[in-house]
Amino acid sequence: MSILIDASTKVICQGFTGKNGTFHSEQAIAYGTKMVGGTSPGKGGSTHLGLPVFDTVAEAREATGADASVVYVPPPGAADAICEAIQAEIPLIVCITEGIPVLDMVRVKRALEGSKSRLIGPNCPGVVTAGESKIGIMPANIFKPGSVGIVSRSGTLTYEAVFQTTVEGLGQTTAVGIGGDPVKGTEFISMLELFLADEKTQSIVMIGEIGGSAEEEAAQFLADEAKRGRKKPMVGFIAGRTAPPGRRMGHAGAIISGGKGGAEDKIAAMEAAGIRVSPSPARLGRTLVEVLKG
Amino acid sequence: MNIHEYQAKAVLREFGLPVSRGVAIFKPDEAAAAADELGGPVWVVKSQIHAGGRGKGTFKGAPGGAKGGVRVTKSKDEVVQFAQEMLGATLVTVQTGEAGKQVNRLYIEEGAAIASEFYLSMLVDRETGRVAFVVSTEGGMDIEQVAHDTPEKIVTFSVDPATGIMPHHGRAVAKALGLTGPQAKEAGALTEKLYAAFTAKDMSMLEINPLVLTGDGHLKCLDAKISFDSNALYRHPDIVALRDETEEDAKEIEASKYDLAYIALDGTIGCMVNGAGLAMATLDIIKLYGEEPANFLDVGGGASEEKVTAAFKIITADPQVKGILVNIFGGIMKCDVIARGVIAAVKAVGLEVPLVVRLEGTNVEEGKEIIRTSGLNVIPADDLDDAAQKIVAAVKKG
Repeated sequence: MSILIDASTKVICQGFTGKNGTFHSEQAIAYGTKMVGGTSPGKGGSTHLGLPVFDTVAEAREATGADASVVYVPPPGAADAICEAIQAEIPLIVCITEGIPVLDMVRVKRALEGSKSRLIGPNCPGVVTAGESKIGIMPANIFKPGSVGIVSRSGTLTYEAVFQTTVEGLGQTTAVGIGGDPVKGTEFISMLELFLADEKTQSIVMIGEIGGSAEEEAAQFLADEAKRGRKKPMVGFIAGRTAPPGRRMGHAGAIISGGKGGAEDKIAAMEAAGIRVSPSPARLGRTLVEVLKG
Repeated sequence: MNIHEYQAKAVLREFGLPVSRGVAIFKPDEAAAAADELGGPVWVVKSQIHAGGRGKGTFKGAPGGAKGGVRVTKSKDEVVQFAQEMLGATLVTVQTGEAGKQVNRLYIEEGAAIASEFYLSMLVDRETGRVAFVVSTEGGMDIEQVAHDTPEKIVTFSVDPATGIMPHHGRAVAKALGLTGPQAKEAGALTEKLYAAFTAKDMSMLEINPLVLTGDGHLKCLDAKISFDSNALYRHPDIVALRDETEEDAKEIEASKYDLAYIALDGTIGCMVNGAGLAMATLDIIKLYGEEPANFLDVGGGASEEKVTAAFKIITADPQVKGILVNIFGGIMKCDVIARGVIAAVKAVGLEVPLVVRLEGTNVEEGKEIIRTSGLNVIPADDLDDAAQKIVAAVKKG
């Protein structure tokens, strides 16, 4: 068991024939991901990496029965690519693209409401179920099948958590980078929900950052679940604890966040929900081992 | 990206929003003509810097310092005198820090009779994932204090992108500001135009503080602060043209040419990291071991050798830097590319301070091999903890 993807998940790639699409599709195939094709408008009917290329996502889904799509399309066309995948009713869409205009994502988020799709990202490293399937850009060599579920807003800190849990011998079920953009497809809570329900996931690492209130909401969710008797050992980290206050022109952000978003508030909320927050990003693995030993 | 008030008002005027007439000047001898063009009888002389709190700010060492960065006068001679005093002087406000900012531009505006002052801002609210309005009757005040002490005086709502702005949003703004009759209609039109401007120009924040009701009963945007979404600038060359590089740190401008995210800090350890989260965490761990970082530098996902070399040059150009930590966990970013970039940079600019390099992830073995065989005095590190301890120890020893 795992969450979101496993060895049987059929994956297509949007932006398949581009530089990033090609490199990371090769890496995914080498890892064992069941890649079944990709799209590249105007190149339909050809083959790339030995797989069929389609003009549209709808055709690709029809022909391959894909369960998931990974988007490497550059920023100007990325929102359109995600919406095309939503229209084609792809169940899982993972968008790696960094730098999508936020108002484009506002429209994408609206298009997701009531749709049959779940979006991970954008501006994220993707999803890996250790030893089974890799979607996105995470380095394969740091993974080891095991028992830890990892969810993170930061790409490279996801790798730290994976690396450290591998070094400690715990290994991972699934690692999910939800992405750092302000408007995104998936927040912590829905991933925590899946990890809590997954039998093979025995502990969870959650990595947040300063800004927004998603960590506080996730902590509240975990506290509520714990009251219902659903709880797993957890380690957390918040990046930006010592960040200087950002230069800002106006006050609107501070008002709408109601004073939330600082590292100390997030850490307090997570600790109140029973998460052991590591003071150092280098001790995620060791802290988890300590938590598991009780 | 931020712009000046006079530029923000020009953008708002383009969308038919009510702003005062004004003239931007760059030299004191342009002041008299600007005053004549506006005609008076009241003029407002406003310092143009990318920071708030200008009205209550003071000029460094100037005799007129106590008069602030925004001055109202009924005398044309005083307009000229103020321009002479303010242009080229350094204005210190609550948002500039002690160093202050040099005033290189002034905006001379016609004065407005004010009956009441309101607050209105717009932003992309990450919680709802929508464009949100924040409206309050408490304009011209410290609005964050108002939000803290009397949250009931702040009204917020967001706009469904599927419908866009609707007349009911305008009625909500009018209600929040206590406006009725023709003024409520004006508030409706204002709301629609603001939303049009915000979405058409890919703004990330728009703040009108104060939005005023004039003596003759009309709404007017008396101040305007606009920030634009840097991810969307590629489709707004007109906005990019408004960039004022004198408002930005020289190292940050250099970094932005190479698409590097760089923020100058006050410490001694220069950092080069991939990914914003890991970059922040690297600053955190340096502080945890008792030293201070000299900068935040995220080389991003797909850096080239040239980009890494540029990043390294920017770090070493900072005289405060007593040691450098390169911390790369490669995903898209390949460790061998980083290693080659670092070696090329060291060969080009020399290396006078300790350098600790930690590489992990994609192509890690090739990267480590390149560093090992380079013949350079690089301290290799096994993991993040090891790297942070080694650079802190090296800097303390030096």
